[in-house]
Amino acid sequence: MAGYTEDELKEDLKQQDYKFGFVSDIESDKIQKGLNEDVIRLISSKKEEPNWLLEYRLKAFQIWKEMTEPNWAHIKYKKPEFQDIAYYSAPKQTKKYESWDDVDPEMKETMKKLGISMEEQKRLTGTAVDFVMDSVSVATSFKDKLNELGIIFCSFSEAVKEHPKLVKKYLGTVVPATDNFYAALNSAVFSDGSFCYIPKGVRCPMELSTYFRINEGGTGQFERTLVIADESSYVSYLEGCTAPQRDENQLHAAIVELIALDEAEIKYSTVQNWYPGDKNGVGGIYNFVTKRGMCHTRSKISWTQVETGSAITWKYPSCVLRGDYSIGEFYSVAVTNNYQQADTGSKMIHLGKGTKSTIISKGISSGKSHNSYRGLVQINKRAKNARNFTQCDSLLMTDTCGAHTFPYIECKNSSAQIEHEATTSKIGEDQLFYCQQRGLSEEKAIGLIVNGYCKEVLDKMPMEFAVEARKLLTLSLENSVG
Amino acid sequence: MLSIKNLHAKIEDKEILKGLNLEVKPGEVHAIMGPNGSGKSTLSSVIAGHEDYEITEGEIIYQGKLINEEAVEDRAREGIFLAFQYPIEIPGVSNINFLRAALNEIRQSKGEKDISAKEFMQRVRDKSKLVDLDQSLASRSVNEGFSGGEKKRNEIFQMAMLEPTLAILDETDSGLDIDALKVVAKGVNALKTKDNSTIVITHYQRLLDYIVPDFVHVLFDGKIVKSGDKSLALELEEKGYDWIKEINVPSL
Repeated sequence: MAGYTEDELKEDLKQQDYKFGFVSDIESDKIQKGLNEDVIRLISSKKEEPNWLLEYRLKAFQIWKEMTEPNWAHIKYKKPEFQDIAYYSAPKQTKKYESWDDVDPEMKETMKKLGISMEEQKRLTGTAVDFVMDSVSVATSFKDKLNELGIIFCSFSEAVKEHPKLVKKYLGTVVPATDNFYAALNSAVFSDGSFCYIPKGVRCPMELSTYFRINEGGTGQFERTLVIADESSYVSYLEGCTAPQRDENQLHAAIVELIALDEAEIKYSTVQNWYPGDKNGVGGIYNFVTKRGMCHTRSKISWTQVETGSAITWKYPSCVLRGDYSIGEFYSVAVTNNYQQADTGSKMIHLGKGTKSTIISKGISSGKSHNSYRGLVQINKRAKNARNFTQCDSLLMTDTCGAHTFPYIECKNSSAQIEHEATTSKIGEDQLFYCQQRGLSEEKAIGLIVNGYCKEVLDKMPMEFAVEARKLLTLSLENSVG
Repeated sequence: MLSIKNLHAKIEDKEILKGLNLEVKPGEVHAIMGPNGSGKSTLSSVIAGHEDYEITEGEIIYQGKLINEEAVEDRAREGIFLAFQYPIEIPGVSNINFLRAALNEIRQSKGEKDISAKEFMQRVRDKSKLVDLDQSLASRSVNEGFSGGEKKRNEIFQMAMLEPTLAILDETDSGLDIDALKVVAKGVNALKTKDNSTIVITHYQRLLDYIVPDFVHVLFDGKIVKSGDKSLALELEEKGYDWIKEINVPSL
């Protein structure tokens, strides 16, 4: 985003804190920088957590201390200084701007181009006083409906208080603290996040969007999401939104755990559009997230994602196909522009008989960015007749960007069927000429070509989300052919 | 309509057009014939505004306006249409969406409102009938998996949908069997009005049995070396291009 640097953003945020006079609150609610056991105890006590959760955090911290930061990903960055981060601050104020006039004009323009309604724009920037009232009522009626069905959808902190048994039973069962460096860190210091439980046999009648949980404005730095779909239930869950999101925290290390019990289905869709840094690669968010789903017998988990933001994206939404005949799917579009770097893909771990998985990954690189697909398909001994289909395509927009593919296949059962297809193509000048000869502008032509290229993935998204995601793709690649 | 004067154009460092003159009036059909490498396709690309070609000298005047420097899409919006010799595939984009986007951009550039869904679909039905294009092809991805003949018919279908003022058919007959050729010609003839013009670029006179030109030009070594009426095409068919080359030698 031109003309708006990370420094300016920080400056803005500093000034706003001042303007809003949060001084006293913030002073009392901010823990000093650095990470040690006391800090973790403090976080836990501030959140009035039960003892078992504190123990969980402390154990995770012990694990984290003994781990080293991984460096196998195809990305280059300055390692975060972990002792220079404040691990707890008061819940972020939803009101980021004094008035609509104060909102960054470029951000307004982007939202307008995305077709986000005025009310929504105001809500996203936290400037709509009256609209907040509206959304409270929307959210309330929405909650009533969910309550009737026994669906729990709340913040993680609330779930710890209201539904401790469920949280205790499932927390860390899919992504244990020992999983990786950032998972351990998150497990020790996670701030808040979302919790969702769908009871047996219930089909959630609406798409659950993090968007509607107005209690937590914005995303946390160390977010924790836990979604449990009980037997034969169904839920479609949306994370993020297409509007540009800025955050003063550079490092984001979230964990998302999905559990699909027997015959349940979870559809998890993400649109990620965090600040990618400026045109020269300065600033931007590091998105190091661990996302994984556990599939029980005949259950199904689908991950669908459109990623256009962050300076660095490092994530592999995965499925552990533990139950027989369970299904895992991963549909992804990752766009990198300027100096963005993405190392993303999926892991499909086949444990049960007759398990099936599909990976469709579409990378689009532009500018001087690097876009890597990294995937693992693992068929274990017991996974008789398991099947996988992987397709990873890369589209290059310039001569200066890079696309890389690192597929790993481990097969320990000879009855498995594994297919892998990969293509790399450069956006064709002849395609552009053809479109332009029909009267389309270059931008429109790129939009069409890119959307066509991503069609298989976009088709998997909930309708309205897909419409916005299409526009977002076009927008992310403006003026990017070279 | 179109007036080309002393046009010189090069690609990279190779000069292809070397002083070409052409005058096309409204309602006329011009055929441009010539041997391989004479510059036929270059001429169509240059009129359409392909950026790989550089005009080093001369003028292209379209509807009274010098368009040498005009962008491809602007020329298209002003009514210049190029039926490609090798139509391009655009995976994942349906023919219908593609045309609707194109049609609306053309309309917007003229300050007109977008076409309604109903009107658009009606037009798709009418025009696909005109070129015998299977309706299902209209919903498939642009040219993807189309046979050679289907691609060419799709070009004419697009032309019918966009209703250009100046249509350039670049070797539309190549790779077509006689039946497909008739269909394409039928479409082109049906779209002819007293106000629009067509330039047919072809290798063989075969197509000209069905699309009857008012003028025939012979392009050789980047220049039009001979012009005449329909009988010139027959003469070329009979004698081949060698005699043209011979005529042309002294001038080299």
